[in-house]
Amino acid sequence: MKMSFRFSGVMFWLGMAFLYLPMLSLIVYSFNESRLVTVWAGWSTKWYGELFRDEGLMMAVWRSLEVAFWSANTAVLLGVMASVALTRFGRFRGRSLLHSLVAAPLVMPDVIIGLSLLLLFVSMTDVIGWPQQRGLLTIWIAHATFCTAYATVVISSRLKELDRSYLEAAMDLGATPLKAFIQVTLPIIMPALVSAWLLSFTLSLDDVVIASFVSGPGSTTLPIEVFSSVRLGVSPKINALATIIILIVSLFTLSVWWLSRRKLKRDNQAL
Amino acid sequence: MIEPSLSRDSADGHFLQIKSIVKTYDDVVAVNDVSLDIAKGDIFALLGASGSGKSTLLRMLAGFETPNSGQIILDGEDIVSLAPYRRPINMMFQSYALFPHMTVEQNIAYGLKQDRMPKNLIADKVVQMLRLVHMEKYAKRKPEQLSGGQRQRVALARSLAKSPKLLLLDEPMGALDKKLRNRMQLEVVDILESVGVTCVMVTHDQEEAMTMANRIAIMEEGRIVQAGTPRDIYEAPNSLQAAEFIGSMNLFHGTITVDAQDHAVIQTTEVATPMYVSYGVTTAIEDKQVVFAVRPEKTMISREQPDSQYNWCHGVVHDIAYLGGHSVYHIRLDNGKIVYSFMINSDRFADLPTWEESVYVHWSADSGLVLRP
Repeated sequence: MKMSFRFSGVMFWLGMAFLYLPMLSLIVYSFNESRLVTVWAGWSTKWYGELFRDEGLMMAVWRSLEVAFWSANTAVLLGVMASVALTRFGRFRGRSLLHSLVAAPLVMPDVIIGLSLLLLFVSMTDVIGWPQQRGLLTIWIAHATFCTAYATVVISSRLKELDRSYLEAAMDLGATPLKAFIQVTLPIIMPALVSAWLLSFTLSLDDVVIASFVSGPGSTTLPIEVFSSVRLGVSPKINALATIIILIVSLFTLSVWWLSRRKLKRDNQAL
Repeated sequence: MIEPSLSRDSADGHFLQIKSIVKTYDDVVAVNDVSLDIAKGDIFALLGASGSGKSTLLRMLAGFETPNSGQIILDGEDIVSLAPYRRPINMMFQSYALFPHMTVEQNIAYGLKQDRMPKNLIADKVVQMLRLVHMEKYAKRKPEQLSGGQRQRVALARSLAKSPKLLLLDEPMGALDKKLRNRMQLEVVDILESVGVTCVMVTHDQEEAMTMANRIAIMEEGRIVQAGTPRDIYEAPNSLQAAEFIGSMNLFHGTITVDAQDHAVIQTTEVATPMYVSYGVTTAIEDKQVVFAVRPEKTMISREQPDSQYNWCHGVVHDIAYLGGHSVYHIRLDNGKIVYSFMINSDRFADLPTWEESVYVHWSADSGLVLRP
């Protein structure tokens, strides 16, 4: 009994170290005085100052956030529509085709998605003259495309297990199907929409491969910027940026946890 | 076709008319030519096993399914082509389907909001409905914070809030435990009667149907087997199907030997003693094959052989199920057939027949039923 307790304790800390030690070292090195990432030369916050003065990098951050925001919005919108079609319309012609088309980006390597989208955009420019050049618009289209696949998986699995009688009850009480969907179904599946949105946002923010195919001049997103700067030697600025991102993500996760705990407590008190 | 002016007069028992409704799914006939007349203020139960088509019929009344053919006329208006959200009908779902993101108040107000009722009128109506189901204290709660019985009250209030012409209940007690069920059955009936709403309910539980409804229709394989008051259906089943569906029955196959104006005698193949019924049975002269049926609670058990030459049989006590209020005796006849008999336990320690004792089961001449096989 004691043995197994000790064993699981050791495994727990090993796992935690495996997951979080790299991030911890990254955070520590972001406060490094030295220009070299691997040599420790005392504490300093100068790289944070440098980071905010680096306009190229800051622009890339905003660009990435913007692309991720709109890609996530589009992916959730398309994901809801695809999920409704897949789960609520029974067996229609082309249902399995739609299903596999929607799921294809999940299993397709990013390189292939990127390359094929690049070829598409190039030939579209030739034939219909749109899009005139590759840039934020094409990245947005590309990201929305593959994020839709993930969003659809998340949303349709929730929609599939949702009791049909909610929608029927709303219609029975006088709501048209569209109204019932907006007033009843959407609020009930809201947690799934939020997680689909966050997933899409993260995937878009994270993507290097596809973006590097379909981006153009002046539309470098953060991952590409970081990736190319790393090739010229890692700057501690990147560490500083990563630390800020980790901080924001942790704060966000903590506040979600805290809010849901508070809600749970309040609900229990109401009982 | 029925003239609207005629059928508006609902007092004649034609408030809801279901006329030759047929519904098929692919090759399966779910509802097969069903016609029913339901009077205003009736609480009407569709009773049947799962797959009997009762739920499909209810969903067609609500508008979630469209019949292949037939008419549904509610208060003089054919509603078959109306969408569910245009029908003056509300339904209480088996799972209650209370909207989890809304409070009790908002749930009840939902239907009224769809009608664009002024806000202050909605508030008044919600308070009135909460009072009706005794849930005033829980107005601000979410459905997840309510018990099963409370959820049911809210669901009932929500479906009554729009003052529907017809209320549909889908397995109303299906989600409750046995004890709560018995209490809620009577409470729901009280509420329905105080509102005076016409109600069609679906259930597989015969006790529930008999407690709550004033009229029952037994459905089997998409057809109505018999419709009538609970008493009619229990005491005067029109067929073997109906007789076997409700309660239990002892059945003896036989032929009619005497067929007089005021009595009949049936000779069964299973018991030597002939069966005598004190009323006339109209039979076709050719077809003398009948089933004699007698309910277990109408039989008596004695140790001595009855004097009569009719209506008894001999056997040994095979099993006794002691249920407190009454006991069910399983009597094995000489030919191996099991006959059931209920014995009321009115005496605490009476000297009752016990296992393997030789006994006689007998009944009076007006207890038996003669049915077509």
